[in-house]
Amino acid sequence: MARGPRSVSRLAQPVRGLAQRFAFIGLVAAAFGLMILGKVDLILMDNLRAHVTDAVTPILDAISRPADSIARAVDQFRELAALRKENARLRINEARLLQWQAAARRLEAENANLKGLLNFVPGPEPSFITARVIADTGGAFAHSLILNAGTRDGVAKGQAAMTGQGLVGRVVGVGSRSARILLITDLNSRVPVLVGPNRTRAILAGNNTDNPKLIHLPSGETVAAGDRVVTSGHGGALPPELPVGVVSSVNDVGIGVAPLVQRNRLEYIRLLDFGLAGILTVPSSRPSASGKMKSVRGGRAGKP
Amino acid sequence: MKPGLWHRMDVLARKLTPSMLTLALVIIYVLPLHIPGFSRVVPLLPLMAVYHWAVFRPQLLPAYAVFLIGLLQDILTGAPIGVNALVFLAVYGAVLSQKQFFIGKSFFILWLGFSLIVAGAAVFNWVAISLLSLTLVEPKTVFFQYLLTLGCFPITAWVFMRWQRAFLRQD
Repeated sequence: MARGPRSVSRLAQPVRGLAQRFAFIGLVAAAFGLMILGKVDLILMDNLRAHVTDAVTPILDAISRPADSIARAVDQFRELAALRKENARLRINEARLLQWQAAARRLEAENANLKGLLNFVPGPEPSFITARVIADTGGAFAHSLILNAGTRDGVAKGQAAMTGQGLVGRVVGVGSRSARILLITDLNSRVPVLVGPNRTRAILAGNNTDNPKLIHLPSGETVAAGDRVVTSGHGGALPPELPVGVVSSVNDVGIGVAPLVQRNRLEYIRLLDFGLAGILTVPSSRPSASGKMKSVRGGRAGKP
Repeated sequence: MKPGLWHRMDVLARKLTPSMLTLALVIIYVLPLHIPGFSRVVPLLPLMAVYHWAVFRPQLLPAYAVFLIGLLQDILTGAPIGVNALVFLAVYGAVLSQKQFFIGKSFFILWLGFSLIVAGAAVFNWVAISLLSLTLVEPKTVFFQYLLTLGCFPITAWVFMRWQRAFLRQD
C-alpha cells in the first residue's frame, strides 16, 4: 500500500504542479472569455443567469425568511420606542390628509364627469403579482433584487416593480421560479419620466448611487427641487404615471432625484402586469381601443 | 470495513468545508438584511474566505472551486458574468505566489496582506465594471465597501481560525 502510490506521487508531483498552473491560467482565460461572451451574447448569459438563480432560489427563500423576521422584530422595537412622537406626527398628518381626501373626492367626481363628456378611453388597469425579495444583491457595482416568483407565477420580462410608495425597478431576467429586478438606481437603468407640473420629459438614469440623475432634458425647460417625477410611459417599457421620486438637488453636476422607495425596506414587491391586464379588462372593443390605448400610454393617462 | 468508510466520509466532509463555507458566504452576501444603506456597502465576505483559505489550506479550496464560486457571485449579484470569477482567481493566485511571505506570520501581517490584495481587487473590479459598462462607476461606494471589508476581516478570520483548529487539523 505504502510503496507503490508514494513512488507514483513522487513522479507525479512536478507534473501535477505544471498541470495546476495550466489549469489556473485556463480558468483565468475562461473568466475573461465569459466577460467578453457576456458582452456579445446577452441571451445565452441571461439564460444561464435565470437557470442558476432558479436553482439557488429555494435556499435563498428559506434563509431570507428568518432574516426578514429579525429585521421586522428590530423595526417593531424601534417603533415602540418612538410611539408617542409617531402618534403626534400621525395625528397632524391625518388632519392634513383628510383635507386632501376631500379635495381628491371632489376632483375625482369632476374628473369622472369630464371623462364622461369626452368619451375618454381609460388605460388598462394593471393586475398585480406580489413576490417576496429573497436577495438584495448589493455591492457597489450592481443594484438588483431577486424575487421568489417566476414565469410559472406569470412574471414576464419588462414588468414594472413597485411598492405602495413608488417604482422600484423593472424585471430584467426571469426564470421559472425567480425573477431579477433591475433597480432604478442601477448603472444600466434608464426610465423615461415626466418631471414637475410642466410635465417636462426626461430620462432618469441610474448611476449606482442612491440618487439617480435626470438626463436629456429638453433645452429651455427648468425643473426645481421638490418636483415630482413620474414615469411617462414613453417607449412602452413601463406604464405611465407611476410615481418614481422627487427632485432632490439641481446644480452644475446634474439633477438628482430621491427615489420614493427606500431600498432597505423592500420586503414584498408588486409586479404590474400591464400588457396582460389590457387583454383581460378591455373587453370586446379591444382592437379599436388598442390604437387609442397606445396614444394614452404615450401621452398622459387619466388613470390614478 | 465500516469504520473505514465512515472515517473516509468524515475526512471528505471536513475537506469540503472550506469550499462550502465560501459558498455560504456568497449566499449571505446577497441576503436582504434590511439595514439602511448597508446593501450598497456589504463587506466582501466571499473574498475574505478566498483569501483565508488560500493562505492556510489552498489544497482544500482548489482554483476551479474559486472560479465556480466567483461565477455564482456574478450570477447572483447581477454583475457582468466573469468579473468576480476573475477577481477571486486573481486574489487566490496572488496569495499563492506569495505563500512564503505568509507562512507563520502574525495576524496583523495577514491583515495587512489582505488590505493590499483586496485594494488591488477593488481597483481591478472598478476598472473592469467601468470598462464593461462604458461609464465611470461612483468610486466612493467602492471605497466605503473596501473599508467595511477591512473592518470585518478580523471577525471572519477569527471564525475561520476556530473552524480550522476544530475540524481541519493537519496530521
